[in-house]
Amino acid sequence: MSVIAPKFRLGYFLKGIFDNAFWILTIVTLAGIPAIQIVLFYLELPVIDGELLTAFLAFTWLFNPTMQIPLIKALIYSDLFRIVAFPGFGFAALIAAGTIFVERKMLAKLQLRVGPFYCGKVEGILQLAGDGLKLISKEIIIPAKADKPLFWAAPVLFVGTAAAFVALIPVAPGGWVVADLDVGLLAVFAVIGFFPIITILSAWSANSKFPFIGGIRALHQMVSFEIPLILSLLGVVILTGTLNLSEIVESQSSFPWIIFMPIGAIVFFTTMLAELERIPFDLPEAESEIVAGWLTEFSGMMYGLVQLGSYLKLYAFAALFVIIFLGGWTGPVFWPPLETELITEGIPIPNYAGDPILTVNTPGLPLLDKDPNEWVLQEQGELVYTSGQLLVSGVIWFVLKTVGVIFFILLPRGVFPRIRLDMLLHIGWYKLIGLSFVNIFIALGLVYAGVIGPGGIL
Amino acid sequence: MAEQVIPTKKMPPGLQVENIDDRIMTLNVGPQHPGSGHMRIIVKIDGDYIVDADPDPGYVHRGEEKMAESRNYITNIPHLERPVIHDSCNILYPYVLGVEDLVGIEVPERAKYVRVIAAELNRCIYIQYWLAIYGIFLGHSTMFMWPAGDRELLIDLMEKITGARVTHAYFIPGGVRNDVPANFEDVCLRQVNYFEKRIKEYADIFYDNPILKARTEDTGVLSREDAIRLGTTGSVLRASGVDYDLRIKEPYDVYDELDVHTNVLKSGDSYARSKIPWLDMLESCNIIRQALEKMPKSGSIRTKLKPNPKGREDEVYRRVESGRGSAGCHIISRGKPEPYRLKLSVSSFRNLIALPYLLKGEKLGNMPAVYWSLNYWPVEADR
Repeated sequence: MSVIAPKFRLGYFLKGIFDNAFWILTIVTLAGIPAIQIVLFYLELPVIDGELLTAFLAFTWLFNPTMQIPLIKALIYSDLFRIVAFPGFGFAALIAAGTIFVERKMLAKLQLRVGPFYCGKVEGILQLAGDGLKLISKEIIIPAKADKPLFWAAPVLFVGTAAAFVALIPVAPGGWVVADLDVGLLAVFAVIGFFPIITILSAWSANSKFPFIGGIRALHQMVSFEIPLILSLLGVVILTGTLNLSEIVESQSSFPWIIFMPIGAIVFFTTMLAELERIPFDLPEAESEIVAGWLTEFSGMMYGLVQLGSYLKLYAFAALFVIIFLGGWTGPVFWPPLETELITEGIPIPNYAGDPILTVNTPGLPLLDKDPNEWVLQEQGELVYTSGQLLVSGVIWFVLKTVGVIFFILLPRGVFPRIRLDMLLHIGWYKLIGLSFVNIFIALGLVYAGVIGPGGIL
Repeated sequence: MAEQVIPTKKMPPGLQVENIDDRIMTLNVGPQHPGSGHMRIIVKIDGDYIVDADPDPGYVHRGEEKMAESRNYITNIPHLERPVIHDSCNILYPYVLGVEDLVGIEVPERAKYVRVIAAELNRCIYIQYWLAIYGIFLGHSTMFMWPAGDRELLIDLMEKITGARVTHAYFIPGGVRNDVPANFEDVCLRQVNYFEKRIKEYADIFYDNPILKARTEDTGVLSREDAIRLGTTGSVLRASGVDYDLRIKEPYDVYDELDVHTNVLKSGDSYARSKIPWLDMLESCNIIRQALEKMPKSGSIRTKLKPNPKGREDEVYRRVESGRGSAGCHIISRGKPEPYRLKLSVSSFRNLIALPYLLKGEKLGNMPAVYWSLNYWPVEADR
């Protein structure tokens, strides 16, 4: 394949740049700024320096050097930022995009080929953006006899459910989670239960044979693997005595649960592969048998949305594995602890619980601390860190562990063929459920033998 | 009550009217389906079980046999290899042998060895392509990429010999078209040894894979009696326990001077049918090494033909062992430069006959594994 590049002409090049700049400026001025103003008008804005932030003040302070840091801080600690950017959708989508790229390159290396190579000059790094643009620009074709409202709703519901799953995942210490529920694990089970319903709805509404078979297969697979999935996590719940995911992570500060629950981890990993419809459990999308399974009739960005949702789901499952079995964000902090001399110079102010909180001017990461003017110190064991340092360190550990788990989720695709429906059901109902009961008995044994739990050795 | 649609005329197969309370669902697998070839299988399923399967080939019919009647014996060569371009030497082999019988010429000794080497290389090229598709049919993407990549080794070798990557048109009546390059023996031996090392690795990732074994063993079992009764050939017949290889039973060219072994497995299931071609590749490497050793180092590679050779008034039938099974060619000559009638008897169509018997009662998930294990090439069946 050869493409003859057009002759470079400086005039056309400059005209292109000026045209783009003109239209961007025009659209931003006439549509973007009013839209942001309207959104800000309806949002509940924080109080900064004793003054309620308004839509007008936001634009004024943005160009005021003294108010920029407080403004950004207020933005970071707003709910909108949590949902859209950091522990929520944006962070998850970034990891999902990275997962797709890593999957393609890793699989290519395994199969003695290069993978995406040309788009973006460096190892095809912009291939994903190109694929996304292609999907957006494609026509959406809907079968004539499809149930149109349901068919339209299915991809959106799928992404929405995956995003709800992501919202339950705590990422860093100090409450960095969109929805910090006391019954977090129960909520995760509830959200997972929605996926087979959406799948069968979309398969039924397409009114076509191959999607129908794929939907029925997905229903079989997800329903029969949800039971071992829930049972395999009960062992950890018995040991920790809580359903809150943040508390489950904090209970593993000295050792991760995978040391005591290897069987549960194996069962959960296997069921995870089945819930994610990944090889060797990709029966609902088995290409050589039923075209693309329940995704056959989706086209354009509807298909793109389903793919986005499935990779968000992949991130959320990997993160859940990290939180429950690998200790989440716990791990050695990357910075040296603060010097104790600096702390003794400050004035100790005990808070309501009696813990000493020190107010001193120490080096750290001021942007990431809650109080705009003072840096709050946190103790971890005998060592003292700022909360910003703990946040960055925790996020790095969390991402490293999650990427490791994602790697092991991607690996079977290069090694195993697809299995058959009867083999799948046999594995789910006979072997995995039995193993997860063994896991529960191990947990009960540990609790009643007094090894772990209240008054235990560890 | 669902409204009953009564067809006014007899509908073509695959377009049956179905009511909502029918238990049987008809699936048109193909011709535009990732799991068919250039053909269609009309599958009727009851739940997950196949109750009836009706293969419907004919989408890529080219009329090769009719075309052969209006071309002379030399100009027939390039188009007769088109049914299986990946196995072009072997599909051309019986035609060339038959024309040599009709015209009555002797082939030089060196040309016979070159033919055997080219035919065995081409058999490996075909089997690698077939194996790649078998891998992706079972959802094993690495098994798609590895054979497709290792196939390039032998394609490069064939390009050095014949000048073309895929459609070689290398065998002609009286010998081969041109001589092998100067340092061919060394290059060929090195590449074949490396190729053999590579394909032995397939056992680790594919043939010894526990999921693959659990999936394909005891599926689509073809008994020894049925395999003979249905007229299957090649790897399908040998997987059912019949020791039948034309290279040994009816040796042509110099196969009787070489030490050829046949691979036979007893079980007759999809796993055995998929393993026999892989064992054949290993055997081909042995044959190539022997032929390279015994080949005369110099000599003629072609007996010159008259410009427009006429066959004597006779009919001949010659057959060889191709990558899929026996490939035969029946030529009727009336003393003209063109054949009066030419019939290609190909193994793909013979093996396809077994498909409805094997698929009946199987699960839908087994369909690709059983279908492609028949060593079937849709274009060859249509000719």
